[in-house]
Formats: sequence, structure tokens, C-alpha cells
Amino acid sequence: MSDKTMSADEAVSRLESGMTVGIGGWGSRRKPMALVRALLRSPVTDLTVVSYGGPDVGMLAAAGRIRRLVAAFATLDSIPLEPHYRAARERGAFALTEVDEAMFLWGLRAAAHRLPFLPVRAGLGSDVMRVNPGLRTVTSPYEDGETFVAMPALRLDAALVHVNRADRRGNGQYLGPDPYFDDLFCEAADAAYVSCERIVDTAELTKAGPPQSLLIKRHTVTGVVEAPQGAHFTSCAPDYGRDEAFQRRYATTPWPEFAARFLAGDEQAYRAAAGEAT
Amino acid sequence: MSAVTRAEYCVVACAEAWRGAGEILASPMGVIPSVGARLARRTFSPELLLTDGEALLVGVDGTVEGWLPYRLHLELVTGGRRHVMMGASQIDRFGNQNISCIGDWARPVRQLLGVRGAPVNTLNNPTSYWVPRHSRRVFVEKVDMVCGVGYDRAGGARHHRIPRVVSDLGVFDFATPDRSMRLASLHPGVSVGEVREATGFELAVPAEVPYTREPTAAELRLIREVIDPDGTRAREVAS
Repeated sequence: MSDKTMSADEAVSRLESGMTVGIGGWGSRRKPMALVRALLRSPVTDLTVVSYGGPDVGMLAAAGRIRRLVAAFATLDSIPLEPHYRAARERGAFALTEVDEAMFLWGLRAAAHRLPFLPVRAGLGSDVMRVNPGLRTVTSPYEDGETFVAMPALRLDAALVHVNRADRRGNGQYLGPDPYFDDLFCEAADAAYVSCERIVDTAELTKAGPPQSLLIKRHTVTGVVEAPQGAHFTSCAPDYGRDEAFQRRYATTPWPEFAARFLAGDEQAYRAAAGEAT
Repeated sequence: MSAVTRAEYCVVACAEAWRGAGEILASPMGVIPSVGARLARRTFSPELLLTDGEALLVGVDGTVEGWLPYRLHLELVTGGRRHVMMGASQIDRFGNQNISCIGDWARPVRQLLGVRGAPVNTLNNPTSYWVPRHSRRVFVEKVDMVCGVGYDRAGGARHHRIPRVVSDLGVFDFATPDRSMRLASLHPGVSVGEVREATGFELAVPAEVPYTREPTAAELRLIREVIDPDGTRAREVAS
């Protein structure tokens, strides 16, 4: 049975500039931050990022790695507006495909199901149609005749997600209250890299949680990265909550200063610096 | 009991949005709508479903009665059995709402949250709004980015409905022939002139404007002693 374990840097080395990369989690919740930090250490740039945006988007935008963002929002949850995302938008740093939260979900589903689009009752009448002139509608062929948005598939070159546990083969498990959309990101992608708090034997997975917690199936996964504290400073319930003090520091420190202090070295250096800081 | 505060009138006005709603999910966003939804649940709308703000459906005492992660929440929206009360950075006279950005979308002066779920909400389930500081900056002639869809742009969409807008000055609805915004009630202590002064468009004002109803003694006790004993409502709307 193939062993898919690799380091975060190895996973990122398989990405290329110009790719469309989906990032799991939601806002400032269970984001694959160790993989994002590895991405920031790499030369990979010019990305189309697809994300329910949080500090993943803020950091990549601040570092100038995003050519286009596909998102419904970017937030730090306890801090409603993501300051680095916001600054990047206000200086016109990247192109934006702004869609509704449900349109985003339907787009991921379409990609996972290999459909070109899915009809969704969202977007019509709103300026989502104005700012996305490429969006098309579709009319029901049945007697209701209703018109819907034909949400195009959000097909991804790669997906980056973080879960609580995984085995070496790529079976991923979430142990918190919400799976977010990480399985869909993996299914919508040509290659998916799953980081986890701890790699365990397959037999251990069902000891930590019921079979329903086995969110990600190994046939959708290319690489498994063991990354303890790998969602820091976002939340990763029940292993840890959001590091609010560190998030405030992230939100209030000028980006070059934050990057120099916390992101100049490897993941071990990050953890040491973050540990000293809080 | 001390005099009813403005924040408490706002709580009651928000709670009223869920009167008679039946067995649906109440999705309040913001402190005062949250207190209002809990008040409705504990009094006149006991069938409401409420979340813990994350992935769990909970009773008034916090007892978990169900699971509603984001993906199921979005699907529940499309099923329509929900009444959401969202915030609004801008809202116009037909109920178009903006939480995305201020200025030109291509290069905004101020980037805000993004459209979030406003487009899907407004086309699928009743959507009301809460504005803690009623001003001409919020109640504008034209919003910069239509996130929540108003009556003039909904094209008669089957499930589109904006039951009410609650602000710190009063309650508003769209019960006019052209579905433009109407002053439905004033919070005690507020005048029609004050509302007009703080509104950036021509508001429909009936000849007789009622006052927002008084909370009952039982409701006041629930708000002050049970639901919001720390008085967080006063941080959103001062007395």
C-alpha cells in the first residue's frame, strides 16, 4: 500500500506558478496554515486561489502571490475584516471573482461531480452578475420555466487542506464540530495535499471518532503531511482553539515586519517565534 | 424595574421578526438580533430552531438537538425554512443591501466582508436587516454593490421576501404599492423628522406612525436577567 507521507516543502514543490489552488477550512478555522507558510517560502506565485477566505488569503495576498481570487468573503471571524486582504484589494493587487457562499459550494460540487455547471438559486438580481460578466444562466426545461445561475465548476489543479488525523495512505479525519468543505476541495482537485495534526495507523482512526468523521478518502489524496499546530493561528477543534492573541498581532503588525519575524525561517522556526510571542 | 432602554426596544423589534414563523431556523447576525431571536424562542415562537453560532442546533438551555455545519446550513437556506436577519453597510429604498465594499467594486475605497451569503439568502428565504446606527451613510439612494437583492431587482423571484428592517430609530417594511421602504414604527423617543434626517432617500411615511411596542415585564426580565445579563446589547445600541 502506497505511503503518501511527505513534508510540507515537498508538497509545495509539486505546485507550479499559475496554478488554480483550492484552500480548505473556513475564515479563520482549520486552515492549512503550515502548507500556506511552505507556499510562502517557495517561489510559487501567480496563483488563482479558491477559498472561503481567511488569513490564508490575507497572507498570500500580502506576499503578492495571488493573480486571481475566487471567494465569497475574507474574514478572521473574531476580527471581521481581514486587514491584509483588505489592503491588497484597496490597492488593486489582484483580480477577484466574487461569488456567493452557496454559488461557491455548488461550483465545488460541480467540479467534484465532473459537471460543467450546476443550477443554483443565488446570484440573480445581485451585482454578482455585474462583476462576473462571464456568468451564464440556465432555464428549467420543465413547466416551471425558472431561470437559475449556471454556476461553473470550480475545478482545481491542487487542493490544500488540514484535518485532525490522517493515516499514511490519505484517509483524513476531522474531530471538531464542522467538516467545512475539505472533502469537496479534494474531490474537485487533480492533486490534493492533506496536512494533519498527527499521522496515526489506519486502525487508530476509528478509535478517535466514529466512521462518519472519516471525511477525506484516500483515492482523492496525493500527499499526507504531518504538521502539528499546522492550522495555527486558526482554530483546529478539538486539538486547539484559535490563537486570538497571535491573530491580533498578525492583524495589527505591518506585513513586512510580521513576515520577517515569523515567516523567514522554516516551520520549526515559526513555532519557536510564535511560542515566544504569546 | 428601570426604564426601557433603546437597545431593549430594538431587541423586541427584532424578536417580532420571528413571530408566527413556525418551525424554522432563526439566523440572527449581530448582538441585538441574537438577543431578539432568543427572546422570541423563549416566549411567543417556541418552535424556532437556533444554533450555537457554529455547527450545533441548541435549545434555550444549550441542549444540543441537532447538527448544522456550514454545508448543511447552506442547503437549509435553499430549502427556505429559515429567516435570517443580516447586517447592512448600505441599504436602499427597495431593500438592496451591501456588505461587500464601498466605492467602485473594481478598486474599492473600503473593502468590507464580501457578498457572503446575501445573494442566496435573499432569493431563498425571508431576509430582514439590522442597522445599529441609522444614518445617511447606511440608508443610501443607491448601494455600491448589490449583495442582498431588493424588490426592484428581484424580478418577482418566487421566494424573495424582506419582512423588515430594524434600526436604532425604528422599524421599516416594504408594505407600499411600489415596494419601497416605509416607516412601520418609531421607537419611543424618536421623531419622524429625526428618521427622515438620518435617511438618504425619500421614505414612505404613513399619516399615523405607531410606536414600537413596549416589552412586557416578563420579556424585560428575560432580556435583563436570563438572555443578556452582561448587557452586551448596550455596546451595540447605547441607551
